[in-house]
Amino acid sequence: MPTDLAVIGAGPAGLAASLAACARGVRVTLIDAAPEPGGQFHRQPAAGLRAARPEALHHRWRTWTRLRDGLAAGSVRLLTEHHVWGVERTSGGLTVHALLGPDQEEPAEVHARAVLLATGGHETVLPFPGWTLPGVVTAGGAQAMLKGGLVTPGRTAVVAGTGPLLLPVAAGLAAAGVTVAALVESAGPERLPRHAVTLAGKFPEAAGYAARLLRHRVPFLARRTVVRAHGDERLTGVTVAALDAHGGVRPGTERLLPCDTLAVGHGMLPHTDLAEALGCRLDGLTVAVDEEQRTDVPGVWAAGEATGVGGAALALAEGHIAGRSVVARLRGTAPDPRQWAPAARVRARARRHAAALGSVYAPPARWTDRVTDDTVVCRCEEVTAGAVREALALGAGDARTVKLLTRAGMGWCQGRMCQPAVAGLAGCEPTPSRRPFARPVPLGVLAGQHSEEGHS
Amino acid sequence: MNPLELAGARPGPAFTVTFDGRRIEALPGRTVAAVLWAAGITSWRATRDGGRPRGVFCGIGVCFDCLVTVNGRPNQRACLVPARPGDDIRTQEGTGHAH
Amino acid sequence: MSESLTCDVVVVGAGMTGAACALYAARAGLSVTVVDRGPVAGGTTGAGEGNLLVSDKAPGPELQLALLSLGLWAETAKELGAAVEYEAKGGLVVARTPEALDSLRAFAAAQRAAGVTADPVTADGLHDLEPRLAPGLAGGVHYPQDAQVMPALAAAHLLRASGARLLTGREVTRVLRAPGGAVRGVRTDRGDVQAPAVVNAAGTWGGELAARAGVLLPVLPRRGFVLVTEPLPPRIRHKVYAADYVADVASDSAALQTSPVVEGTAAGPVLIGASRERVGFDRSLSLPAVRALAAGATALFPFLSGVRALRTYAGFRPYLPDHLPAIGPDPRAPGLYHACGHEGAGIGLATGTGLLIAQSLTGRTPALDLTPFRPDRFPRTTKETAR
Repeated sequence: MPTDLAVIGAGPAGLAASLAACARGVRVTLIDAAPEPGGQFHRQPAAGLRAARPEALHHRWRTWTRLRDGLAAGSVRLLTEHHVWGVERTSGGLTVHALLGPDQEEPAEVHARAVLLATGGHETVLPFPGWTLPGVVTAGGAQAMLKGGLVTPGRTAVVAGTGPLLLPVAAGLAAAGVTVAALVESAGPERLPRHAVTLAGKFPEAAGYAARLLRHRVPFLARRTVVRAHGDERLTGVTVAALDAHGGVRPGTERLLPCDTLAVGHGMLPHTDLAEALGCRLDGLTVAVDEEQRTDVPGVWAAGEATGVGGAALALAEGHIAGRSVVARLRGTAPDPRQWAPAARVRARARRHAAALGSVYAPPARWTDRVTDDTVVCRCEEVTAGAVREALALGAGDARTVKLLTRAGMGWCQGRMCQPAVAGLAGCEPTPSRRPFARPVPLGVLAGQHSEEGHS
Repeated sequence: MNPLELAGARPGPAFTVTFDGRRIEALPGRTVAAVLWAAGITSWRATRDGGRPRGVFCGIGVCFDCLVTVNGRPNQRACLVPARPGDDIRTQEGTGHAH
Repeated sequence: MSESLTCDVVVVGAGMTGAACALYAARAGLSVTVVDRGPVAGGTTGAGEGNLLVSDKAPGPELQLALLSLGLWAETAKELGAAVEYEAKGGLVVARTPEALDSLRAFAAAQRAAGVTADPVTADGLHDLEPRLAPGLAGGVHYPQDAQVMPALAAAHLLRASGARLLTGREVTRVLRAPGGAVRGVRTDRGDVQAPAVVNAAGTWGGELAARAGVLLPVLPRRGFVLVTEPLPPRIRHKVYAADYVADVASDSAALQTSPVVEGTAAGPVLIGASRERVGFDRSLSLPAVRALAAGATALFPFLSGVRALRTYAGFRPYLPDHLPAIGPDPRAPGLYHACGHEGAGIGLATGTGLLIAQSLTGRTPALDLTPFRPDRFPRTTKETAR
């Protein structure tokens, strides 16, 4: 079925864009892999669990209800359980290729005049000995399972790493009855004042979490890091150590914390696969967009984490602006940016916040020192740090060559998990990987789309 | 407090699935991963090379660590696939494909 | 930092061909420096399947080079086989129709006369060799000499075995020439390397490097996509492809032509490739090319329909207008040697090329007549010719 605008991703950015465009007469199809809209931020409990108080696990609940009610009231066509693996430029516009979930065997296509990439991001975790043990999960993963499945992985958790996500994850686990043995943050509080002015708006939110952590008696361990996860078949505890000013472990500060769950995260990475395959220009690891959220590929917009990790408020603003821009551009007119001035102000402020947070929460400088040679770096292909170092000695100067020589990043996840670690071990900046298929595609689906005369 | 109480969940009647032949209870709507976690199970895959145990890692379908065999179909992401009554869930060994 | 180094020979290119040239030159007693603007295996080598094939080559100079090379690969594998994932798996070429089988058998007979082992396989026999092949195929030919390596590992390990000095991340900006025209080294963006001999193993960039030495070598890129599946247990034992492959390679058309070359790998994934398009250096994804690969592969192996493709990648195969590589000394620039333009066969032909270059460098009689590979064989205005 043809549509004017296909929005890929029903998180804050995609929802805001869909509502903005639909309200102004654009036919919108909103596509998401999950069974319900909301994305990771507004992930809702599974319908079958019939939760009467889902808001107990969320903040900014009113934003969600506004988006949800707007979606219900409008005429946005919502396609859930559509796993988009690619967007193709065709003679008539753009074709979104998806696989129907949960099996992801049947193909589906959406033909559109414009596409908004609101694909969000995923968490990065830098490796450390023991990080592949069952019981070690990403902080966002623990939160997603809690919000969506109303389930926790164990009874005693340590929440660790760096970044603003750790606070809500620890607070959520504690509220759900998990004993949170510690929140271990590698950044130090002394870094916050430098950005206090920029981050002033964030303090009430953070203070709210801090109060909840206090209530649940969760110790907050700043400038510390998990140096090792212990266990044989399952996590039994972690060793936490203090960091010196250079990111190294201060000798003699190691301390064992027994736990059955470690929720760990070191920040977010944007999903840029669809944009990259379309030929959109990337700016570092993010999709490059103009003031209207347009990429440099005609008909393709991007908003939210894909254009730079900055949280839900930024995603909403960017999505709204993108939606308004699409409305004008599809009519062949230039939009008047004054129409979205409030959103533009939010966007500017949120981008400053994001930049400030990015410099407060950075993984410790010398994390690679603690990655022992026998530590698995690529979880899919079981490539160890030792193998990566051997490849570097063989002449691999960059992450791509390490991948060629070791298979790190060639497995099911296509390097989404190990890419930052490989780049770090190789001593180079992470660069976006080329992932022409944003999701694995059955060969039969590709073959079924083959036509002898379809190309020349 | 547990998460179900926290969110005021009133799920429909539980159904049964099996994990490696063992019967476990599942609440409607939960993914295979959530059902296994609720039953205290955190690993359901043995890696190709090392035979090491794995389960949920990213929880949102990105990392593919939670691959599992459901009703004979290998390489299903437990964190995405909803559990259905009678599901035969099995620890996935290696590639998940029989030799 | 600028520095000046001296050696017997500079090899430009740290891909498979450069690595083999370095190895055989070093074994001939020369001190070798390898320079590359990128990392090891950063160009075509890193985007190849690792085919060591005789099966796809018609009798002629390329087949002779392939036979020489395959023998050298087998020698190399005694030492480095595991490290480079060498596998003497053999090739199986199938024909869908009796007519295709007739031409395949005739082709194989000519190859046998040229020294290739090529065993006819009946329709029933196909499934003994490859139990999961589609039913209804007419028959095929088994080529036990066909083999495989992992190309990036092969380049890296041959380079290490050569003991050559490796300078990566350095671009050659000029090939230095003495007043009389003789080559005296290369200038890089980080200093000169002095040497009386320079080997152009720069792959698709070989034409540009030749230009920086002041000579013409019309190397062109041919884009190829390879599809990679999820890891599987060993299910495909040979390099398997359909007989129309042979006709495609020699074709001159610029249109997409895809033949399904399907094979398992030691690591688990099945590789399907490669497509062939002459589109310049455009790396962007071509879904039509990838779909054609999938269609070809699933037609040969129906079980692949339910198998997932995890990724696809493109590489550029360097070719010369007559589809033969340039190997040997360049009379227009004494001291300059070329070793590039192997099209889709560079991994397989690397060892023979390296040996021939080393023999030329040391003034020995080359193991093969180099006349067909002369780098100065192209007139200023040159057209592609059918082989």
